[in-house]
Amino acid sequence: MREFAYGSAESVEQAVAMLDGDPDAMFLGGGTNLVDLMRLGVATPGRLVDISRLPATVEQNEDGALRIGAAVRNSDLAADPRVRRGYPVLSEALLAGASGQLRNLATSGGNLLQRTRCLYFQDVTKPCNKREPGSGCPAREGLHRDLAVLGHSEACIATHPSDMAVALTALDAHVVVTGPAGPGRIPMDEFHRLPGDDPTRDTVLRHGDLITAIELPAPSELSRNSGYRKARDRASFAFAIGSVATAITVVDGTVTDVRVVLGAVAHKPWRARVAEQAIIGGPASAHAFEAALDLELSAAQPFPDNAFKVPLVRNLAVGQLCRLAGVEMSVGSVGAGTDGAGR
Amino acid sequence: MAAGRSQAYVRGVTPTHSPATAADPGRSPTAPSGASSDTSGRSDAATAAVTRSAYRLRINGTEHELDLDNRASLLDVLRDRLDLTGSKKGCDHGQCGACTVLLDGRRANSCLVLAVAAQGREITTVEGLAGADGELHPVQQAFLDHDAYQCGYCTPGQICSAVAVLDEVANGWPSAVTRDPDAVELDRAEVRERMAGNICRCGAYANIVPAVLEAQRLTAGAAGGDGAVTR
Repeated sequence: MREFAYGSAESVEQAVAMLDGDPDAMFLGGGTNLVDLMRLGVATPGRLVDISRLPATVEQNEDGALRIGAAVRNSDLAADPRVRRGYPVLSEALLAGASGQLRNLATSGGNLLQRTRCLYFQDVTKPCNKREPGSGCPAREGLHRDLAVLGHSEACIATHPSDMAVALTALDAHVVVTGPAGPGRIPMDEFHRLPGDDPTRDTVLRHGDLITAIELPAPSELSRNSGYRKARDRASFAFAIGSVATAITVVDGTVTDVRVVLGAVAHKPWRARVAEQAIIGGPASAHAFEAALDLELSAAQPFPDNAFKVPLVRNLAVGQLCRLAGVEMSVGSVGAGTDGAGR
Repeated sequence: MAAGRSQAYVRGVTPTHSPATAADPGRSPTAPSGASSDTSGRSDAATAAVTRSAYRLRINGTEHELDLDNRASLLDVLRDRLDLTGSKKGCDHGQCGACTVLLDGRRANSCLVLAVAAQGREITTVEGLAGADGELHPVQQAFLDHDAYQCGYCTPGQICSAVAVLDEVANGWPSAVTRDPDAVELDRAEVRERMAGNICRCGAYANIVPAVLEAQRLTAGAAGGDGAVTR
């Protein structure tokens, strides 16, 4: 591990000032990903600015909107009664991620900024365009079983590992940032990037930008009728091989609003807008959900060893939408109980 | 660590064995001993960055003064500087839980915590769980009574984790398998899910689960928790 200087910030302003003009410096939150990447030699900061002691509160505004401080720990957020009741998809996604120990350390802001768990990215002896631009992507021909099936590029087929980010995308959250260029408020769906020809950048943030909060709109019928489902290789404490955050409202058998966001299939949480448009205004039925997901996933470009993800996330989404809409899964649907999500 | 190399000193504690670790970079420090942690803002390119810090850690109720390379993990400091070798290094990546300690009463992987970032926290290791009179913590006693280990390497982490689990349940924290978040009850499925961050390569889970349930029964009188997890 490279030697580094350490300082602890006591205010947002101080934190931003400590990083400004020092391209070698990084913010340190809970450290669950950054410290590991430093140990692996993937991250090599010359200075760490510890922001884990900045205010960590969850506050509800007068209009009901929830403002989650960036330093709020994942465990606190998952247990918050306002989150559990108003936005169950967020609580479920948080509890589906990592372990009790890691959730106690991990911060809300840091969760969004964690890096891909692509094996090549984490191994400095291997080429990786995300880590070392222009060095190549061995995953295309190599181990890509856990990697992207949507929105990937010639340069990078990594997936974003966060469960929380998938839920936040379904909740129309905003990421509140400040930095050398001043404050900003970024819609969750625009916060993470597709890799394109610059996979080094996971998000739209620039060096020195600091996430200060995550904002959720006031709880609604839609957000309260939401949920998260995750498929993984063991029953607990593993990254998703496919996941889905959904929310739906149904009036007299007709879908009035819906969110479908797929996780572990792309470089960012995949808002399935094509499927959403196909579902809204139509009947709440398994067949309608299946057709909508098939339409969305017709854009998928899987690799030889991860083609299974396409039916996996389809079935997760259909099963979850049926459950939330209170409708029967269709007879013979592969979505019925065979999605491996274990819940 | 080679004798005489000015890597670290620990007042009041005799440094013991110190194999090469992240805390022991094998290079001369780039700043004079005793430098405090840097809160001055960005580095001056003309000045060598201060890459070590002097600070205090409060562990099992005792204050320790340290002056260490910033790369030292809390786990390495516990084991290699303070001779608190109960916490174990399994994977060093936060994946096995053998290094689990309590920070302000909440369980955490000490391998992923930089020691310098643990200042001001109340750190409890497995060595600090028993009472002053030597009476074992109910979780420790339950692990003994249920033979909840084989080789024992993961056991300190399992025990620290279980202590926190009981507190989390008492404070109403749901888990991924909780059916009614407003009525959190510990059962086999809950123990298995909540203890998922602690891997036992011997596969002693069959006895660990009953031990944790037994420990909860032993501590039921104190239900409500000590409030640690709600801080």
